[in-house]
Amino acid sequence: MVREKIFHVVNYLMFGIITLICAYPFYYMIINTISANDLSANGFINFLPKGFHLENYKQVIRLRGLSAAAVVSVARTILGTACTVFASAYLGFLFTQEKMWHRKFWYRFFVITMYFNAGLIPMFITMKTLHLTNSFWVYVIPTIIQPFYIILVKTYIESIPKSLQEAAEIDGAGILTVFARIILPAAQPIMATVAIFAAVSQWNSFQDTLIYVTDQRLYSLQYLLYTYINQASSLAAMVRSGGTGAISGAVLASRQTPSSIRMTVSVIVVLPILFIYPIFQRFFVKGIMIGSIKG
Amino acid sequence: MRSLPAGKTPRSTIQSRRLFYCIVPFIILCFLFSYFPLYGWIYAFFDYKPPLKLSQCEFVGWKWFKTLFANRTQIGQMIQVMKNTFAMSLLGIATSILPMGFAVFLNEIQCRWFKNLVQTLTTLPNFISWVLVYSVAFCLFTDSGMVNNFLIGHGMIQAPVKFLDSDTHTYLWMTMWNLWKGLGWGAIMYLAAIAGIDPELYDAARVDGANRLQLMKHITIPCLLPTFFVLLMLSIANFLNNGMDQYYVFQNSFNKAHIQVLDLYVYNVGMTGSSLSLATAVSMLKSLVSVTLLLIVNSVSKKTRGETII
Repeated sequence: MVREKIFHVVNYLMFGIITLICAYPFYYMIINTISANDLSANGFINFLPKGFHLENYKQVIRLRGLSAAAVVSVARTILGTACTVFASAYLGFLFTQEKMWHRKFWYRFFVITMYFNAGLIPMFITMKTLHLTNSFWVYVIPTIIQPFYIILVKTYIESIPKSLQEAAEIDGAGILTVFARIILPAAQPIMATVAIFAAVSQWNSFQDTLIYVTDQRLYSLQYLLYTYINQASSLAAMVRSGGTGAISGAVLASRQTPSSIRMTVSVIVVLPILFIYPIFQRFFVKGIMIGSIKG
Repeated sequence: MRSLPAGKTPRSTIQSRRLFYCIVPFIILCFLFSYFPLYGWIYAFFDYKPPLKLSQCEFVGWKWFKTLFANRTQIGQMIQVMKNTFAMSLLGIATSILPMGFAVFLNEIQCRWFKNLVQTLTTLPNFISWVLVYSVAFCLFTDSGMVNNFLIGHGMIQAPVKFLDSDTHTYLWMTMWNLWKGLGWGAIMYLAAIAGIDPELYDAARVDGANRLQLMKHITIPCLLPTFFVLLMLSIANFLNNGMDQYYVFQNSFNKAHIQVLDLYVYNVGMTGSSLSLATAVSMLKSLVSVTLLLIVNSVSKKTRGETII
């Protein structure tokens, strides 16, 4: 049928365009950071890299604060994710234990916190009271309890046969042994899902630095990127001032411009996501499907 | 079964308590970061000046709530902020149909690798932060960005167009970035729902001579509507919560009037501007309205669908 054929062509074309719109900006940034900077600044690099060099990366890595921020971001991602995953698994499991004292009440006590928020200033005052402002722990401790992940894990564990736990208990296993030996191995898929969600949100988090942290040594990569974007011109001058006065063609090609610095830092920040993303992609759909069944 | 010795707690009670003790540390954590901050609402009733202690500050009662509507400029500002909030939320709700359409049409694509490629690449933007989205916007749309270079290079314009440092179509731009970031991700939920539709439904309809369009219209879309309604209700409940990351990073002195949604306004007033107490008052009002909205939406959902959303 002709109409059917037209529909398919249009459909493929539409999705091709949408995909291109989503992916091209990343490609554009990457090829521009490895191309000659004078060509890039004049907008000649649109499809293929020209004049390949890695000078941008070498210079940007030397920028003050970048390596410290990278350490902060990596540390908070690893620590924060580990804590969140553990707490979600632990609580998710314990809330499946019907014998718990007032289980329903305490479960609601956690879940209901998803739906209200004291607001920015009360949160700030709380963090201040707890001496968490300008502390690395502000990135980790407040994020440990995530009701949505607890729901995800609980729903998943409820689908594991109860007999497994009962058999272990007959053999004399305590509740924590059951958790460590039986539930943790069985719940790995959902924990992977929670881990990836938690890790991405830790890596991407920007607001907590903005609100709670003024100490430059504790800046996260995202926040640093934001400050770089807004003052890239002065940074380019700073990077360049190390160089000589004479300008030859070769120097121009590798000389940092505000936009080359911006893009290079952006690529450095986005690369970890680009790398882990395909590995974990298969977990998303599973997680979302479990999430859509209410806890 | 042996009888319990007198004066001892039954075994089951001990066990039930022990289970509870296991979660106590987490209850404390949850209390500290979710319930304890509510105490901070008290600041809305004082004239709080940061270095001072609360006890040294003057109790002002409803002053800040009245200030919000005290004079014409203040009312004008509030109206503008509410207008921005409503515009962003309404545009968000209006475009929330698009992920469903995306999923329905993507489902029509039979080539597996193409489908996977589309799904992978379109969900990618969801996993980058708003700062990075801003960075992408910056390198595409500044004076020397790709779009301006392209347009000038092809003689379509003479001077670079200021896309970011201007206040034209701010709402549309923000909605567009929202879509760029969220369209593919939003579709995943619908794709999962489509995968759950009984294939026999399609077979039966095909036997009756239904064509592709009719299958979409009479089977796929009706099967997705429940998911759509749940998400719609949630977005209505979150009407006032636009978040602030997106608007904060895109904010500049040109577009401030139209980009300042309620969440950003609270930040601007509280952290950089005039008064912590005033900001607390605003966010307190916001929270109360949001919870009310949630409760309303929840009871509507209970009445119409027989299911709650919370």
